[in-house]
Amino acid sequence: MRYDVLIIGGGIVGCALARELSRYRLRVVLCEQEAEVGFGTSKANSGILHGGHHASLGTLKGELEWAGNQLWDVLAVELGFGVRRVGELTVAQQAEQLSVLDTLLHHARVRQIPGVERWSAAQVQAAEPALASTVLAALYAPTTGVVNPYEACYALAANAVRNGVELRTLAPVQQLDLQEEGWVVTLPQARLVSRFVVNAAGLWADRVAELAGVRTFSIHPRKGEEYLLDKRLQGLVRHVIFPCPSPLSKGILIIPTYDGTLMVGPTAEAVEDRADLSTSAAGARSVFAAVRQLVPGISEKDLIAQFAGVRAPADGEDFVIGPTARRGFLNAAGIQSPGLTAAPAIARLLADLLCEEGLALVPRQEFVAVEPPRIRFAALSPVEQVELTRQNPRYRRIVCRCEQVTEGEVLDAVEQGATTLDGIKFRTRAGMGRCQGGFCTARCLELLARARQLPLTALTKRGPGSWLVCDRPDPTASDFEKAGRP
Amino acid sequence: MITAQPRHLRRRYDVVVVGGGPAGLEAAVAAQNAGAAQVLVVDREPEAGGILQQCIHTGFGLHRFGAELTGPEYAQRLVAQALVQGVDIVADACVLDVDEQRRVKLMTTASGIATVDAGAVVLAMGARERTRAAARIPGTRPAGIFTAGLAQRLVNLYGLMPGRRAAILGSGDIGLIMARRLVLEGVEVAGVFELMPHANGLNRNIVQCLHDFAIPLYLSTTVVEIHGRERLEKVTVAPVDSTLQPQLAQAWEVPCDTLLLSIGLIPENELSEQLRLRIDPATRGPVVASTMECSRDGVFACGNVVHIHDLVDFVSAEAMLAGTCAGRFATAAPAPADNVRLLSGENVRYCVPHTISTEREHTVYLRTLRPLESCELRLVEAEGNVLYTKRLRYVFPAEMVTLKLRPAILQKFHGGTLRVDLVPRAFPEQGDAAEPSFPLSAPDKRPGGEP
Repeated sequence: MRYDVLIIGGGIVGCALARELSRYRLRVVLCEQEAEVGFGTSKANSGILHGGHHASLGTLKGELEWAGNQLWDVLAVELGFGVRRVGELTVAQQAEQLSVLDTLLHHARVRQIPGVERWSAAQVQAAEPALASTVLAALYAPTTGVVNPYEACYALAANAVRNGVELRTLAPVQQLDLQEEGWVVTLPQARLVSRFVVNAAGLWADRVAELAGVRTFSIHPRKGEEYLLDKRLQGLVRHVIFPCPSPLSKGILIIPTYDGTLMVGPTAEAVEDRADLSTSAAGARSVFAAVRQLVPGISEKDLIAQFAGVRAPADGEDFVIGPTARRGFLNAAGIQSPGLTAAPAIARLLADLLCEEGLALVPRQEFVAVEPPRIRFAALSPVEQVELTRQNPRYRRIVCRCEQVTEGEVLDAVEQGATTLDGIKFRTRAGMGRCQGGFCTARCLELLARARQLPLTALTKRGPGSWLVCDRPDPTASDFEKAGRP
Repeated sequence: MITAQPRHLRRRYDVVVVGGGPAGLEAAVAAQNAGAAQVLVVDREPEAGGILQQCIHTGFGLHRFGAELTGPEYAQRLVAQALVQGVDIVADACVLDVDEQRRVKLMTTASGIATVDAGAVVLAMGARERTRAAARIPGTRPAGIFTAGLAQRLVNLYGLMPGRRAAILGSGDIGLIMARRLVLEGVEVAGVFELMPHANGLNRNIVQCLHDFAIPLYLSTTVVEIHGRERLEKVTVAPVDSTLQPQLAQAWEVPCDTLLLSIGLIPENELSEQLRLRIDPATRGPVVASTMECSRDGVFACGNVVHIHDLVDFVSAEAMLAGTCAGRFATAAPAPADNVRLLSGENVRYCVPHTISTEREHTVYLRTLRPLESCELRLVEAEGNVLYTKRLRYVFPAEMVTLKLRPAILQKFHGGTLRVDLVPRAFPEQGDAAEPSFPLSAPDKRPGGEP
């Protein structure tokens, strides 16, 4: 069988593109090297929908940031994930930073972003009393929002699959050959043939381009450490708080995440190893030092989890999107901040580019835009909770107490494609609270094992190699047998 | 196992107990003995008994039952006692909310969400374990990092091993017991690493779990980095100086596929916070009067949700008091108010209860900040008069100090605040030093010494 489009990379861009293309009469396959979509850079994203005014004028990033920003509300409604327009404040604490606010305001004016305005110190204090009194002024943008990046990936991919896209996980691309019948894509399990290949491989996009014979850019991995704080601090700040940005990074932010917990970070550190997801004592120090400048009431004592992600900027720091010298091979690379915000716009742009390259986009009548709503017990009103549990016994048992996740939600997650413990966690929040899975891990494993009809020893945290438990050592086994065990 | 699910929940109970571990079960029975006819225990597990169910080792019940029991045996005695007395135990259920009128909203697998009125509420939710983030250990996030209690659950209730070679951070009792458990199951234990210069578990566990199994204990040492992408591959450990700062120049690597964290317990106070109870920052549990009543009328608390206990036997004692007072509150006149506030003074991390009465007898539990030998406990009036002293051979952070306070001691005291100090004795007696009292002499191994 020959596909029309093969997408390499199931991050936010690949998932958004898969869903966009599923509107048309096309055979599309999405190949992801990890066990589940969104497990690469996307899952560690800060989860901010940028207001539209951050990226510089004249860049593709800037154009797509604002275009993408405006597409999220419809997506959220159709696909049933949450977007909250919390607004942002970019704060100046030194006189020389005030001009940066003017520049950002200018971006907003040129792009006609509504509601962006300069706030005085008094206005800032009134809206965010926890902010340091050293704030001189701020730029307020009501267009900024927060979203769960992994939730968005899952929802986009699920809707794409509902509309006929084939999803292949644990499918790293090993070889790309342009032949008579199209691109021959070698995966560990299969060889697929496709007329078009879109390279949305994130951190590995330059390697994939090299496989295709058109390596025109390099990825320069840049690590960011994020620190998640206890729910206790919920509501301490209401807006996403930005310091004045530097050329390399938007700085250390304070993010009231979609789920209500505060997150602080990310650092920005060039790294050699693109698989380096380690956090460091130095990173924690720098994040909390920077955060205390903004909000003195935040301390390391409220830390509940820490993680790192690696950004995938290309040379020149702008997005690399478009056709290449090799027929049918398109890039969607160098996607760094505001990549999440821009993703829906990137998907549309790619669809247009594919059309220009000769792909016929014929709308499918049977396209289902709306996903059935997912049940989130903790987000329901008390009356809705009573109603739900009266009707459906599946939601009567709390599995994760910190986040009030029910057994039914875990089973739903498995039915929707979770194959790993992290897959359950990212879909349901089970294990994300303050006890970090101390109580619910065993229960989640049990439910996953039963639903997938696997022994617990076959389950993993996030795919091959990340096994969680093993059998009791067999005292009668020979040394040779013992050596062969995991 | 005796279990019983009540067919129907009543509209109203005299006492509703949140949590069916030892504290909750003991409180329920005590409440019934004190006159509460209808008592309900709500437990989230399929069987009541709490964490005792996974503690299959012995050493429980010497004080409470005069017998050395396993955790499940201790739990079973309490469950049986509760059921014989006609306490309703609803298992596999969860209390979602308790409001100011003591209406308890709970979810059961049988019927979904229901609300019951309670004459009194006893909070007995126990504790949760501190996690990796609490210890702020940098590095990667591979599979293979477990809290000691989760590992205990997997090994003892599921029959599964957390890995093949384990390092243990923290010398809390669960970590010590798991060190022995893993060795018995054929899992290699590379060592127990403790940040503080002294062990954090009971002396008997240091001896019976580590010394007897030749498991090394590294004091003043901590894990400074976690390595491995998919599964844990090794940890870097380093000694710490007197300010607890790791000395990275002396760090070494420990190959292991498993890291257990036994770095302390935190009272599980989500409901207490929803109820806006006053919380003691030292215990992280609710502030309690001598009746174990919290800062809201008719809400009582006991067990690890109030403060972390060393022995379940002490939990039982505290829970009996809480249950008795809750039962009386719900059915008769509540006890007269306390007139003495206890303050944690020199070298005292906390005391529980927070207030007492000069009219009654009390057991006060306290913890020291630092180990001391040849010391004394002093009750000091606001003006500085020492009202009472008690000689102690030693105090040690891992061992709770128990003080029995009789009305006679407080005869001359007329209410107000009393400070509790733990101070070295000016003139230690000769007999004191003869008996080695706490494990200052625990083996402190470093690489380069023994293999």
